[in-house]
Amino acid sequence: MAYVAIADRDAPIHDPHTFIEKYIWSQDHKVIAIQYSIVAIFVGLVALVLSGLMRLQLGFPDSFHFVDPNQYYQFITMHGMIMVIYLLTALFLGGFGNFLIPLMCGSRDMVFPYMNMLSFWVYLLAVIVLLASFFVQGGPTGAGWTLYPPQAVLPGTPGAGLGIILMLVSLGIFIVAFTMGGLNYVTTVLQARCRGMTLMRMPLSVWGIFVATILGLLAFPALFVSAIMMTLDGTLGTSFFMPALSSMGQAPEHDGGSPLLFQHLFWFFGHPEVYIVALPAFGIVSDLLATHARKNIFGYRMMVWAILAIGGLSFVVWAHHMYVSGMNPYFGFFFATTTLIIAVPTAIKVYNWVLTLWKGDIHLTVPMLFAIGFIFTFVHGGLTGLFLGNVTVDLPLSDTYFVVGHFHMVMGVSPVLVVFGAIYHWYPKLTGRMWDDRLGRIHFWLTFLGTYAIYLPMHYLGILGVPRRYYALGETEFLPQSVHTVNAAITIAALVVAASVVIFLYNMIVSLWRGEKSPPNPWKATTLEWQTPDTPAKHGNWGPRLPEVHRWAYDYSVPGAPDDFIPQNVPVDSRYATGTGHHG
Amino acid sequence: MAHDAHAAALPPLKQVAADFGGDKQSFQVPWGKAMMWIFLLSDTFIFTCFLTGYMHVRISTMESWPNPSQVFALHMFGQDIPLILIAIMTFVLITSSGTMALAVNYGYRKDRRNTVLLLCATAALGATFVGMQAFEWTKLIMEGVRPWENPWGAPQFGSSFFMITGFHGCHVTAGVIYLLVTAKRVGSGFYDRKGSYETVEVAGLYWHFVDLVWVFIFAFFYLW
Repeated sequence: MAYVAIADRDAPIHDPHTFIEKYIWSQDHKVIAIQYSIVAIFVGLVALVLSGLMRLQLGFPDSFHFVDPNQYYQFITMHGMIMVIYLLTALFLGGFGNFLIPLMCGSRDMVFPYMNMLSFWVYLLAVIVLLASFFVQGGPTGAGWTLYPPQAVLPGTPGAGLGIILMLVSLGIFIVAFTMGGLNYVTTVLQARCRGMTLMRMPLSVWGIFVATILGLLAFPALFVSAIMMTLDGTLGTSFFMPALSSMGQAPEHDGGSPLLFQHLFWFFGHPEVYIVALPAFGIVSDLLATHARKNIFGYRMMVWAILAIGGLSFVVWAHHMYVSGMNPYFGFFFATTTLIIAVPTAIKVYNWVLTLWKGDIHLTVPMLFAIGFIFTFVHGGLTGLFLGNVTVDLPLSDTYFVVGHFHMVMGVSPVLVVFGAIYHWYPKLTGRMWDDRLGRIHFWLTFLGTYAIYLPMHYLGILGVPRRYYALGETEFLPQSVHTVNAAITIAALVVAASVVIFLYNMIVSLWRGEKSPPNPWKATTLEWQTPDTPAKHGNWGPRLPEVHRWAYDYSVPGAPDDFIPQNVPVDSRYATGTGHHG
Repeated sequence: MAHDAHAAALPPLKQVAADFGGDKQSFQVPWGKAMMWIFLLSDTFIFTCFLTGYMHVRISTMESWPNPSQVFALHMFGQDIPLILIAIMTFVLITSSGTMALAVNYGYRKDRRNTVLLLCATAALGATFVGMQAFEWTKLIMEGVRPWENPWGAPQFGSSFFMITGFHGCHVTAGVIYLLVTAKRVGSGFYDRKGSYETVEVAGLYWHFVDLVWVFIFAFFYLW
């Protein structure tokens, strides 16, 4: 079966002419990346506003009458679901995945550009259906982002009618969109690399996005199936997840279903989802650290294997979210063990990041600040994960603010810091302009210190026993007065951090016109996306000929070399050694 | 691999790793085929979740599970024959896998006429399968089976039945449409001009997968 690889052909994949083909119904991966990012950031801002409203209520209970208990639950639910799925998943894979994979692998585009375009428009539809639930009878669902049945579909829960159905339908549509995009990302990485780009020369950003996409393709099916089953429970009256029960004095006609089944399906998706968000962040932060520390990433092969190991292990840890669910207690032993094992490859990554910085020529640019900030927040979030991974420690801490502090630190703040860092890093290539450095620094320090002000005290609240998901705490015996003071302080910090996002948006938007022109490779980086003939890269990325790769992605500060970086497409020079001693 | 002049000297396992991790592409297949394999892997997880969910509710429900041999029996020739319709459906679908394999074979020989004929035969068998499934659904609905209740026992029986066979039926229907589109393209000479009939094999992958899933549904839902 003779088959000609893309690297040996030079024909363009598609050829747009009109404005609409170029910028609206565009099949160009860079335009689709921007479209994905804009929509994701827009819904992310909605979720940010929701969290601000929740914090106002928590910090100053009884002062704001525009948040009632029902709305509070709706805000919690929508905030969580939007942030995890519609912002972070869509932004890392649909946004950065689309932009970086073809550019870093040396391809002209994704392998199936038309399907890639569909992926974005279907994603937009999912977002519209999700946001529509704010305007239907009863409002959006207030079941909590985990949507546990039976309460999610029973009357009494806000949005139990149309709200939950729209949420489930929107998730289903999102998964279709993700699958179309995800198949493209995986196939592009596997099949459309340029000459010389072996798997073990790929930048870690591509590795992270690649493995995360595989996780998504295997984990989202569980959410898809549970969404279908719960939709049937909510509309047709089936009893997949609904046991016989009494609800608000009445007995619904449900019988014999299993709420635990939903939890297992949900977390079989939900735990890999953590790594769908974390692995791209791991990859991108590795590249930011190496580039701005002018040093090769420490232990590249270990980093790749750690990403693969984390990806594999993430499928066998899901029930550590369910220690208090009433499942068989012996499960706890197994899942606690696997959970602690997954800390090993994760710790390898953290050590390697720190060792990359060791004796590096560290340039404290804005992307670098965010990358280093990520190491801090991720270590703190990861360490509290070890507490919660142990059954006996988890039981008293379950459903307290300790959990809220933990997961916001590890999969809220940490990936978001990487998102910011990555946007600052690749913005010059995306737009051809530089942003305002001073505003970037202000944004970083407000965000970084602010998140600590928000989430560290939450661990203290959790240890005191403050339960999560409560609309108001009221006056209770077991909570000291300091709890209320801390809550008020957290709210103020949260509002400051939220306001700092305005600085970021202002910086990004105004720099489109006012920013100074960027050189093609402002960070003197080695990876292929900085070596495009045009900045911003034009349609087809590479001009008439595809690039050819001769070395790995981390040839920084090579002894004897004229510059402190050697781009991947520079031929090997026998006068100085580089990191390309082996093949494959 | 272009840069691996010394590749022949590697030990076997390392050679495999070098081939897979080499430049340009990891598998020596067209993109469509690679993507179809990955999609089918993802789809496998969907059906696995459906079947696992069905098994879970079958265990969790307090009521007795209806006996599939009786429920799916047909009254023919003066006696009840258990599972006869399902047996015929399974036979039809497996046969369609055979015609599909032949279509792929003729495709690689660039025999346009036979490829089109066999693709259409495969689609016709698939449509027959969906038709028989519609008959089965009608019969059960007439007997009072609903997604939320049935006359014989656990309501989860009807829920799982309609959901799983419905989802599989959608796959078969989509496959029939896919095969017909492929047949039309083969017939119009599209793949002759392209110089490769490999897209026929990609459609075949999907079709065989749908058949294979049916075997699992047959085993876990009808025979258990």
